[in-house]
Amino acid sequence: MLLFKWPLCKTFKNGPEVYLTPYTILKLKYSKMNKDKRIRVSQPLTRGPSAFIPEKEVVQANTVDERTNFLVEEYSTSGRLDNITQVMSLHTQYLESFLRSQFYMLRMDGPLPLPHRHYIAIMVRCVHAAARHQCSYLINMHVDEFLKTGGIAEWLNGLEYVPQRLKNLNEINKLLAHRPWLITKEHIQKLVKTGENNWSLPELVHAVVLLAHYHALASFVFGSGINPERDPEISNGFRLISVNNFCVCDLANDNNIENASLTGSNFGIVDSLSELEALMERMKRLQEEREDEEASQEEMTTRFEKEKKESLFVVSGDTFHSFPHSDFEDDMIITSDVSRYIEDPGFGYEDFARRGEEHLPTFRAQDYTWENHGFSLVNRLYSDIGHLLDEKFRMVYNLTYNTMATHEDVDTTMLRRALFNYVHCMFGIRYDDYDYGEVNQLLERSLKVYIKTVTCYPERTTKRMYDSYWRQFKHSEKVHVNLLLMEARMQAELLYALRAITRHLT
Amino acid sequence: MEKMSRVTTALGGSTLTGRTMHCHLDAPANAISVCRDAAQVVVAGRSIFKIYAIEEEQFVEKLNLRVGRKPSLNLSCADVVWHQMDENLLATAATNGVVVTWNLGRPSRNKQDQLFTEHKRTVNKVCFHPTEAHVLLSGSQDGFMKCFDLRRKDSVSTFSGQSESVRDVQFSIRDYFTFASTFENGNVQLWDIRRPDRCERMFTAHNGPVFCCDWHPEDRGWLATGGRDKMVKVWDMTTHRAKEVHCVQTIASVARVKWRPECRHHLATCSMMVDHNIYVWDVRRPFVPAAMFEEHRDVTTGIAWRHPHDPSFLLSGSKDSTLCQHLFRDASQPVERANPEGLCYGLFGDLAFAAKESLVATESGRKPYTGDRRHPIFFKRKLDPAEPFSGLASSALSVFEMEPGSSSMSWFVDTAERYALAGRPLAELCDHNAKVARDLGRNQVAQTWTMLRIIYCSPGLVPTTNLNHSVGKGSSCGLPLMNSFNLKDMAPGLGSETRLDRSKGDARSDTVLLDSSATLITNEDNEETEGSDVPADYLLGDVEGEDDELYLLDPEHAHSEEPDYVLPQEAFPLRHEIVDTPPGPEHLQDKADSPHVSGNEADAASLVPVDSSFSLISVSHALYDSRLPPDFFSALVCDMLRFYAEQGDVQMAVSVLIVLGERVRKDIDEQTQEHWYTSYIDLLQRFCLWNVSNQVVKLSTSRAISCLNQASTTLHVNCSHCKRPMSSRGWVCDRCHHCASMCAVCHHVVKGLFVWCQGCSHGGHLQHIMKWLESSSHCPAGCGHLCEYS
Repeated sequence: MLLFKWPLCKTFKNGPEVYLTPYTILKLKYSKMNKDKRIRVSQPLTRGPSAFIPEKEVVQANTVDERTNFLVEEYSTSGRLDNITQVMSLHTQYLESFLRSQFYMLRMDGPLPLPHRHYIAIMVRCVHAAARHQCSYLINMHVDEFLKTGGIAEWLNGLEYVPQRLKNLNEINKLLAHRPWLITKEHIQKLVKTGENNWSLPELVHAVVLLAHYHALASFVFGSGINPERDPEISNGFRLISVNNFCVCDLANDNNIENASLTGSNFGIVDSLSELEALMERMKRLQEEREDEEASQEEMTTRFEKEKKESLFVVSGDTFHSFPHSDFEDDMIITSDVSRYIEDPGFGYEDFARRGEEHLPTFRAQDYTWENHGFSLVNRLYSDIGHLLDEKFRMVYNLTYNTMATHEDVDTTMLRRALFNYVHCMFGIRYDDYDYGEVNQLLERSLKVYIKTVTCYPERTTKRMYDSYWRQFKHSEKVHVNLLLMEARMQAELLYALRAITRHLT
Repeated sequence: MEKMSRVTTALGGSTLTGRTMHCHLDAPANAISVCRDAAQVVVAGRSIFKIYAIEEEQFVEKLNLRVGRKPSLNLSCADVVWHQMDENLLATAATNGVVVTWNLGRPSRNKQDQLFTEHKRTVNKVCFHPTEAHVLLSGSQDGFMKCFDLRRKDSVSTFSGQSESVRDVQFSIRDYFTFASTFENGNVQLWDIRRPDRCERMFTAHNGPVFCCDWHPEDRGWLATGGRDKMVKVWDMTTHRAKEVHCVQTIASVARVKWRPECRHHLATCSMMVDHNIYVWDVRRPFVPAAMFEEHRDVTTGIAWRHPHDPSFLLSGSKDSTLCQHLFRDASQPVERANPEGLCYGLFGDLAFAAKESLVATESGRKPYTGDRRHPIFFKRKLDPAEPFSGLASSALSVFEMEPGSSSMSWFVDTAERYALAGRPLAELCDHNAKVARDLGRNQVAQTWTMLRIIYCSPGLVPTTNLNHSVGKGSSCGLPLMNSFNLKDMAPGLGSETRLDRSKGDARSDTVLLDSSATLITNEDNEETEGSDVPADYLLGDVEGEDDELYLLDPEHAHSEEPDYVLPQEAFPLRHEIVDTPPGPEHLQDKADSPHVSGNEADAASLVPVDSSFSLISVSHALYDSRLPPDFFSALVCDMLRFYAEQGDVQMAVSVLIVLGERVRKDIDEQTQEHWYTSYIDLLQRFCLWNVSNQVVKLSTSRAISCLNQASTTLHVNCSHCKRPMSSRGWVCDRCHHCASMCAVCHHVVKGLFVWCQGCSHGGHLQHIMKWLESSSHCPAGCGHLCEYS
């Protein structure tokens, strides 16, 4: 007789009884959640998984979907159907690759110890300095996991309590979140340099993947107005105080400000129906134009530059955002508990186009692509994650239902590409084979405002912004947009970080 | 010279000459292509587009095709190709999706000929028809391939791959109408140029993008493909289904592949990331490249053989902005550097050893390891299958068989398990380890630990009890020389208290004797060690490593303070050896067996330890009194570690290294440390001491080592029904929805330990099967097999 042991990774759930529990818990919680909702339907805004999307939109789709439940059971790190998952489950196909990759980086074998992974996730949440409400919930979740996996409780007191090694990572964390183009091989060298606190390359790659993932996820969370989770069962003494109250009034506040400030903004109230028609029209025209119209190369370059420049004014045009950075943050963040994870709260996104003195060259997408270069590097140092990310990027880029609002059988490739490339454009990544004039044609100003906010200052996203673009479109389509923005951001961050690592290697 | 002449005839009169050389370009190259006459090469990149003449000694820039004031994206080339029929015709693929043709015959400075802007995305590849003058093919990121007739303004036909981006297109050299295209999703398609509606054939060649392909110049059916999955595959396309005939596994994703002219089985590859070298592989020997060119400092982006009939010149362009000509005879041949010896352990400790025959012949005279009760049980020679590699013509394989019961390694396992390596103060660690070693009868090792403790821990804390075992005994792996003079089996198992009590009385008298005895013994040492291959001071050094050094120091200090303290320490063990032990039996070169120990115990108890312990204490005090910093010894300790490692006791070396940590680490070079660590870890794993090995990995400070347990430990399993990999869970297959491993007793899925019968391959939960087979001898599945559980 031979003894055969199942591979370690397959047995982490420790036999059948433990294996069953997450599912049963989920079922219980889920039914409870539903009951909860029915009892208190009266409160609008904050019920349901998202503050932006009416509850029924999400829940309806959800209850039907057995697949989602299966996925959650299988991969969800929280072991429950949290709000993010609920909103994402509008796109089940994508949800699968998302959960799979997230599960892999948090739970499956990788170079970093489990508590470190959760700690990095906690660090990330807090880089979005103004991360106030939603963030707190996510922190709580990871705090739980962190402690459960044997993390040292003291670290949760703030960055000054963690080992120097993790502290060193914060530099990259900050840069990656706000100005990824500034990451150079010197940063990498500093981290991997032999010494007591050095990072090995596989560890660093794992950390970078985690960082990029959670930065991008923050964009999604804010962009879709994900509500904080209310679950009294999660508590361990590290729960941030008065999260819920704080967030309710906060959201309300934001909206008020926004309402007041946006009245003067320049997008007129066009009839939303004609808006959609106009967009479709433009897409069609572009498609036809391509054949004959031919812009000169100089023209193309200027278009990219123009888009880049314009992205600069998109947001600062708003009165709300013309607050000086420091004021804004002093008011809101320092008081928050989250700030103990932030070393330098003043550090925020800075426009790629505005950097001024040192003119960094544009990142040529063709010179360092995910498919050719990024993948190989990631997969070499942190096996298998490359395939998962690859699948996820591919999935989000190709995801389509061939619908646009009420219209069916529409080829949305162009629109999706415009969204994806516009995000990359804001991070200074240029595609030689893309005509940035298209962005201008396809993405209306309010959408640009939204994109810019979601990718660069996600915490400032408001319901008003979310509502103001593409008014005819379904919520699920807007969530689709958010997914695109999120993945585009993640890829941009990864490309910069991996390019720096590659340069360090050569 | 002989080769050269052959080349001359093959090329019809024109001789190709040259040397390995390189020239600096102004910018990174993306692709290169050679002119038909083999005298010019074109280099294209994002911001470079130049033609160089290849001269005997150097590259000479001939023409810069980037003209115009403003840089245009049309000139940002992803690929370039030179027509093989017309030396004035070139085509480039631009990153913005434009295909440009160039006519060098144009009189103006701008040689640009035609511009095709039909592709919407980056064009990855352009390819001229090998025999037709006007046919050009392009493959683009947008998933389309277009065929252009250069006499017309637009494309003649468009081929849709119906999938993602096209990475490469290549006209077949032999089939006039056929071309192959490779895709980002891993597919390869075969097209007939006359039938744009659908492809002739399609198959999945790689997992992930297929970056390149190349038709064999002679063998009409062969197509080589290279992909991101780090493989180069050679397909036979003549059969009904594309058949994989060869597969080469490289170390990085394959960016380009080019068959070597005139060498049927050779192909050159370069990689897209990480690896900068160009390899030439013999596809029949897929493990070691036949040749390797290491000139580039960044990834190689383009390779081309200079002449279609000359196998010795290879040109390459790289991201490091250089253009190189490589001569095959200057290539480094990894085969030559490869270690032609192989060594492997069998299940029961047999050792197989393969080496070049010549090597074995010379060394068998020296009888390297056969001395220790192992002997070759068979000896086999075998000729390698006719292969082009030289120097590997034949090798010999010897197998050494383990004699049952000989040289048991239980001490190794015990030691590994019981040693404490971290988590306590150094003194405790040393004590603990010394005790472990002592318990296992390895007194020399025990003593080393004790000495380390004395050296590195503050003197105030040294209790006398630790010093009982200053008397060394040859360890099981001891080298013969040691045995010759200090092998004595004294007092390994004595309680320290009793000896201490006695020591009070004897101490004084003993110290008096010191001087004379010391000199006597040192003389004796020298005599005995003469002619040995280990330096004499090692003999002392390894027993009581540091004292030797101290001893040598003394003359310089002119016996200033405590001359007598120093000497006795050496003297005692040695003296007692001489006095107490009959010379004959003790000088056996074997390790001390337990009978010896017990035999000597009585004597030892009465005499030896007493004295030595006392003297040692005094020494230790003396050391610190004279303010010798622990650093003083580090060189010696390092020597000692090296000595242990040399001896084969790498366990000791690594353990001490870990325990002492920073104190000695800096004095031993990283590579040596790494070598020790890997050896030790290898040994530990051979003995299934996974926990210990992991602990060692964790405690190591060497970067290469600590990376070891960051690698993936996932093991993918295949479904027993459909033979496909099971991705999500180990016990149920997503594809065929079968549970892969059912328990034959309870009919539930087995998720933990699965035990099965090798006769009928039925099995189940370990507990269930055990229980079942207690009551029945038949297989629980009812197959009638008489299963056995042992």
